[in-house]
Amino acid sequence: MFDIVSFIPRAVMQGIPLLYGATGETLTEKSGNLNLGIPGIMYVGAISGVIGAFLYERGGNVQPFPAVAIPLLCCLFGSLLMGLLYCFLTVTLRANQNVTGLAMTTFGVGFGNFFGGSLIKLTGSDVPSIALSATSAYFSKSLPFADSLGAFGKIFLSYGFLAYLAVVIAFVAAWVLKKTRVGLHLRAVGENPATADAAGLNITRYKYAATCAGSMIAGLGGLYYVMDYASGVWSNNAFGDRGWLAIALVIFTIWRPNIAVPASFLFGGLYILYLFIPAGMSLSVKELYKMSPYVVTIIVLIIVSVRNKKENQPPESLGVAYFREER
Amino acid sequence: MGNKVAAVQMRDITKSFGTVKANDKVWLDIYRGEILALLGENGSGKTTLMNMLSGIYFPDGGQIFVDGKEVTIGSPRDAFDLGIGMIHQHFKLVEVLTAAENIVLGLREKGRLNMAAVERKVREICETYGFDVDPGQKVYDMSVSQKQTVEIVKVLYRGADILILDEPTAVLTPQETDKLFAVLRNMRDSGKAVVIITHKMHEVEELSDRVAVLRQGRFVGDMATKDTNAQEMTNMMVGHAVSLNISRPEPEDPRPRIEVKGLTVRSIDGIVKLDDVSFTARSGEILGVAGISGCGQKELLEAIAGLQPTERGSISYINDDGSREELLGKDPLSILEMGVSLSFVPEDRLGMGLVGNMDMTGNMMLRSYRRGKGPFLDRRFPLHRAEWVRQELDVNTPGLTTPVRRLSGGNVQKVLVGREIASAPTVLLTAYAVRGLDIGASYTIYDMINLQKAKGVAVIYVGEDLDVLLELSDRILVLCGGKVSGIVDGRSATKREVGMMMTKLGGGRSA
Repeated sequence: MFDIVSFIPRAVMQGIPLLYGATGETLTEKSGNLNLGIPGIMYVGAISGVIGAFLYERGGNVQPFPAVAIPLLCCLFGSLLMGLLYCFLTVTLRANQNVTGLAMTTFGVGFGNFFGGSLIKLTGSDVPSIALSATSAYFSKSLPFADSLGAFGKIFLSYGFLAYLAVVIAFVAAWVLKKTRVGLHLRAVGENPATADAAGLNITRYKYAATCAGSMIAGLGGLYYVMDYASGVWSNNAFGDRGWLAIALVIFTIWRPNIAVPASFLFGGLYILYLFIPAGMSLSVKELYKMSPYVVTIIVLIIVSVRNKKENQPPESLGVAYFREER
Repeated sequence: MGNKVAAVQMRDITKSFGTVKANDKVWLDIYRGEILALLGENGSGKTTLMNMLSGIYFPDGGQIFVDGKEVTIGSPRDAFDLGIGMIHQHFKLVEVLTAAENIVLGLREKGRLNMAAVERKVREICETYGFDVDPGQKVYDMSVSQKQTVEIVKVLYRGADILILDEPTAVLTPQETDKLFAVLRNMRDSGKAVVIITHKMHEVEELSDRVAVLRQGRFVGDMATKDTNAQEMTNMMVGHAVSLNISRPEPEDPRPRIEVKGLTVRSIDGIVKLDDVSFTARSGEILGVAGISGCGQKELLEAIAGLQPTERGSISYINDDGSREELLGKDPLSILEMGVSLSFVPEDRLGMGLVGNMDMTGNMMLRSYRRGKGPFLDRRFPLHRAEWVRQELDVNTPGLTTPVRRLSGGNVQKVLVGREIASAPTVLLTAYAVRGLDIGASYTIYDMINLQKAKGVAVIYVGEDLDVLLELSDRILVLCGGKVSGIVDGRSATKREVGMMMTKLGGGRSA
């Protein structure tokens, strides 16, 4: 029997890191920057938060507010640095975006594993992981009365605050993009920077701002994964391919953060579906199930390109550096 | 003129790109209530000069005064604040946004973005000047002239009273041009300053009050339009006397060369691009093709060159001895070997036919790569041909090894058209050969086409400028929405007649 009440919360918890990553990447791509460094940035966000929490826990005497604020700020700062680095390379120096992004993913994963490994060494534990259970408890704290509300409480109220924040950020991002002047300008920058430039917009500033904000949002996805989903346990490479899944999600949602909210839960569900299908399946079949998010993304790509509606296409100058006096 | 206030004074403006001086100590005055035509050949620095006024480029030296006060224009926003608005040759519009969204783009108005209020204001402006714009329409759904209207409304919405238009008529039909000119006169009469950059002499004479001429980045002089004439202006632009007449020798011994019958072409989306098109192109004759852009000109040429799948009809190549060969179903290579050569100059010039990152020799080789022994290329032949094109067409390039992308637009075009003509074809298909070229270069190309005609080549010339088509072609095929609207004699047809046929099948007489 398929247990829907326990399936949905797990799907949502799988989906939240993807939602952060996808919202961040959508904002970035709307400015015309194809940031393939997102998986690395999520890694760096996670490890930065872990480092902060680790050092704080070592000092002893864990208080609720700093226990949340310190990892949060460390995570935002780490991902911001990554975003700035990406912008400096691709916007200021006009380096190739694909190459830069891929290099940053490689770098971010290595960075995370290096410091993760160092911390594990410092604790001197037998298992190759660090447990930050004290700080993690504050991240995964749900509303006290959630348990008493049965299925409703389990499906809607059983998450830590970062999960709700993800949904709020996604909807706010969608609203900003669609309804505000800043959003209109950002879309114009990504579609046609020469036009936006002639209209008096500062292209560099918009690209930097959107990419750095996007990186920080994506970094929170990494933080959520370690602190809430994994209950504060960091082990190297545990984050896996979620960063790429987030980029696939951007395409799947045709660059709309509001669609990303349900879509990320769908992706999360597909990602863990193999755990809920009847037992006795061979391991290889389970791996096939894990492919399904990518398969649906490809299907969406095909449908969108067959229908060929301009609004559903990627921003027109995505991946292209802008130089005003180019001829 | 003395009692008018100069809205803009440009003094000693200098701008260099690398080693090329695009503007060298240019002086220019712009007055309110006046339409100024800025004239010059390609690369004479007209657009560069105006780009500095609108904040796209920053001058290396010189001063700009607006209403007598010295100003620094460092960005497009500075220009807006001074009331300067420019309508660029390539429209600066975001395709997926609506007209209204494009219009408010970059504006720093107070408060929240209220699209309903914006649309209301756009409608008001449209009513004042007689525009026809739907503020909610997406730009990708618009025709070229609608896009241009949006550009003009955009500038007016910002309250600009100094308007600069860069070759605004290049993409318009005669009727649309008349409408635009009426609007511009309206603006002049309401006290705005209008600057129009153009190559077309008759437009200068028709519209402008004053003319300023640039030559090779230098200011040559200005005068009232009524005191001058096309010949004098052209001489100033080029720097020496030129003849403004396109010669049209009588065709010698014309014989049918290409016969098209009932040709129907459908695009991938299922839209009929050519509908039952029939005509004959004769050797030693120039067949002009007129039509609003996108009426099937491209498909027609591509079908003949074997690049376009067709639905119905036939295209026959007729040899000198009268024997026929069907071209449909042949691959482009064998059609090319029969001497059918196509040069299509697309809007972005590099899109078809040339590789921007390759040099002139490499681009010549695209036509001759099958020469040479075994796996090795013959590099000497394309080198000679590149040298020939460079000399014959006076291509301005640092060297044959410079990537084509680095050349100015006009020179890129000379390379493309020159290559096709140099391949000594029996049928020369050419579209927009002089698109954006200055007078001197255009006349070189007309002469080359006439030379081919004299050699007995059947020329099919798709053109935008009706005046030129009427002067150059022996016969003119007019397309309207993919159908043949009529074939008229180039010597007796009038511009109005052809213009009517372009917008209505048969020119509206049959209806």
